[in-house]
Amino acid sequence: MAIFDSALIQPLAMQVTPPDWPGGYWWHWLFFTVAIIAFVLIMVMGAIYLERRGMGRMQSRLGPNRTGPFGLLQPVADAVKVLLKENIVPTTADKIVHWLAPVVAFAPVLVIFAVVPFQNGAMLADLNIGILYVVAVSSIATVGVFMAGWGSGNKYSLLGAMRNVAAVVSYEIPMVLAIVGVVIVSGSLSMNQIVTGQDIPYILVQPLGFLIFFIAACAEINRSPFDLMEADSELTAGFHTEYSGMKFAMFYLVEYAEAIAMSAIIATLFLSGWRGPWLPPWLWFIIKTFVVFFVMVWTRTTLPRVRIDQLMGLAWKFLFPLALINLFVTAIQVVVWPDISQWIFVIVNIAIAAVLILLWSKFFKLGQGRVEV
Amino acid sequence: MTTTRELTLKTEPFVLNIGPVHPSTHGVYRMRCTLDGEVVVDIEPVFGYLHRGIEKLAEERTYTGFIPLTDRLDYISPMSNNLGYCMAVEKLAGIKVPERAEYIRVIMAELQRLANHCIAVGSMLNDAGAYFTPFMYTFRERERIVDLFDMVCGQRLTYNYMRIGGVSQDIPGEFLPALHKLVDRLTIFIEEYENLLKLNEILLARAKGVGILEKDTAINCGISGPVARASGIKWDIRRNDPYSIYDRFEFDIPTCENGDCYDRYRVRIEEMRQSLRILQQAMKQVPKGPVKADVPHLIRPPAGEAYAHIEAPKGELGYYIVSDNSIAPYRCHIRPTSLINLAALRQMVKGWKVADLIIIFGSIDITMGEVDR
Amino acid sequence: MTVAISAKEIISQLNTKFPGAIEEAGADSVLVKSDSLLAVAEYLKTAEGFKFEYLNYITAVDYYSYFEVVYQITSLESNRSVVLKARSYTRDNPTVPSVTGLWQGADFQEREIYDLMGITFEGHPNLKRIFLWDGFPGYPLRKDFNQ
Repeated sequence: MAIFDSALIQPLAMQVTPPDWPGGYWWHWLFFTVAIIAFVLIMVMGAIYLERRGMGRMQSRLGPNRTGPFGLLQPVADAVKVLLKENIVPTTADKIVHWLAPVVAFAPVLVIFAVVPFQNGAMLADLNIGILYVVAVSSIATVGVFMAGWGSGNKYSLLGAMRNVAAVVSYEIPMVLAIVGVVIVSGSLSMNQIVTGQDIPYILVQPLGFLIFFIAACAEINRSPFDLMEADSELTAGFHTEYSGMKFAMFYLVEYAEAIAMSAIIATLFLSGWRGPWLPPWLWFIIKTFVVFFVMVWTRTTLPRVRIDQLMGLAWKFLFPLALINLFVTAIQVVVWPDISQWIFVIVNIAIAAVLILLWSKFFKLGQGRVEV
Repeated sequence: MTTTRELTLKTEPFVLNIGPVHPSTHGVYRMRCTLDGEVVVDIEPVFGYLHRGIEKLAEERTYTGFIPLTDRLDYISPMSNNLGYCMAVEKLAGIKVPERAEYIRVIMAELQRLANHCIAVGSMLNDAGAYFTPFMYTFRERERIVDLFDMVCGQRLTYNYMRIGGVSQDIPGEFLPALHKLVDRLTIFIEEYENLLKLNEILLARAKGVGILEKDTAINCGISGPVARASGIKWDIRRNDPYSIYDRFEFDIPTCENGDCYDRYRVRIEEMRQSLRILQQAMKQVPKGPVKADVPHLIRPPAGEAYAHIEAPKGELGYYIVSDNSIAPYRCHIRPTSLINLAALRQMVKGWKVADLIIIFGSIDITMGEVDR
Repeated sequence: MTVAISAKEIISQLNTKFPGAIEEAGADSVLVKSDSLLAVAEYLKTAEGFKFEYLNYITAVDYYSYFEVVYQITSLESNRSVVLKARSYTRDNPTVPSVTGLWQGADFQEREIYDLMGITFEGHPNLKRIFLWDGFPGYPLRKDFNQ
């Protein structure tokens, strides 16, 4: 195609042609875009299957097992069902906002995958500010959620959306601080270089950072026990109460795509990404992603939900100071002892994490209790 | 703790309808809540969506013919409903129930209590946001109890087993061994369940100190059953006004002091243990003999009135029957445990968050079939 | 065992305290004149030696010539109970004083009786239909209710 060879974009292609991929910039772009969308959809189907079957197992029931072998086609059946449903827009809804919300929520989640390294260099764009980009982009989905809550003209939706905004604003901070710890240790913001730098997985070097990031990520993507935004027992379905058909499918997709994205980022930042012995790197990456996702499913089936004030308290009283201390300790270690073996830091940091968590849990009580009205 | 309202933005309370179709209202209950943000300022319960006029229907049926309708009152524990009604008619007509029937009745009533508390505890945790896992666990055990009911009366939901003057048919030979096995199993199950939840940090944060029902308020509102006992009222009709043969068994009446959601949960768990104790004693003592007194099909009790009450799983269940010496009750009033237990809900939830409202409501354990009748 | 106090035990005390308030003392119930029901109930609830602070239930029966409202109250300390009754002899607008001020638990039950039996409870803070909708014709539990 002529457009791909036009003089206008030629300089761009010269700049960022990845080392191991044939063809020009735009071929690379096209291939990875299609590949990423396919990958995300397939991963989401896998995640849905894993969640439903895994949850079934944990809840002493079978889970879906009628569609295809072992119920493997259940996500397909779900998708077909939900796509065939009627699209209902409430009369009180703000039509445009209501229509736009799933799109605004969906796009940024897909865009996150642009910088996720599936194996060495196999990514859409090896941005040198990769992780910063992830943090920036992943917050945009909140706008979509809030639009959904506001545009539905439903009080449940509005409550759910407000909760979501409050949670994301609060949890972004400990999450970013936890990332900064990783960035300091690896010395790079690029996702690929963070992975190549992980001779020891950063979950060991940054145990406290990992816990904070995991909790904050769970809170940000509405996974239990922080799924207050859709709190099925309180707000029926939260922000997507008024959505049906294709638009609901978009939100459903966003929910799982976000979970997969966060799992992928956790796998990249803390579990040494695609690195691993014997198996091909991309397989290692997918395995690690699903392991993290499985832990999310596990917490979902085990824990009750926290309350909104407890959620806020956890972010500001617990995670935020701990993230600051973690950042401080990491910075000192990197600056003062740059040449010491990282295994020493592993032991020291695990000890520090244990002591800090125990101390903090003794000091603070979450939530505020009754309000006089 | 009170928040400093002067410093916050001027906001307006808004009205949110929770129910009649909502995942956590345990039926078709509706609360018209006035919310200030997340804080519940006021609620107004709205009843009547399941009103079937059972008290009126009783006046048009024979005494025996009303028993199936009692199943539909508190459909979670029909055996207890049967028992209370039969006792009231027996009191009115002066019928002596055979020994064996009394034992069978006690066994059924205690199994019913176990089954009911299984659902009560499970659904309360479901309301707290534990995504169906505790619920499925308790349902699994309830299913085994229901299997036993199936064995004696061929029904799994509306048992219609008790008759005036006894029970409809003798228990089959395999019932007692199966009961023996079940009691052993449930003992282990309760331990397992306790391990899962007793010290769960989130459950403690969500339920401890939440929705406190003061002892005086509880008495003034006529609260009965586990809700009252959690508030420190040592009142159990099985002990304070022994009916049937409850004076022959050894059991404790568990009480708690604080009257919060956690205490109501604890009391129910302890009551399940005590029910198992009663079952263990009862199944060893079951005598041989008839299971039904010689009662005419169209019983005509002498003119008069009688009130019989039992300790149903949810509290005091009473039947006030007026007879005019005809084949149908002149008036049959049912003391609705669930309705009266809701009397204090408004005081309990004021000032708490929406999420607390749901768990407080869940901890009271009501059935709409009994509230609306 | 909850001892049901027979009316004969407390009738003398009530008669000295409220002369003329007791209409009839049955074997197991005390029939109180409806205008002095509130005073008698409050006395039974608070007086030393009675302390009937727990209201078991309220119900109403239609006997054609009169409506009878039945209250069973229990003393949790001494484990005794007593049945109070009040009658209203008019069918057009039967009225009985509300005991909601004494026992909060009476709230829903009085609303229910109002809804289904059509007895007005004077002094009830929120007396409206509870199960049936506003505008439902008639009161179903009355014996002359035409279906």
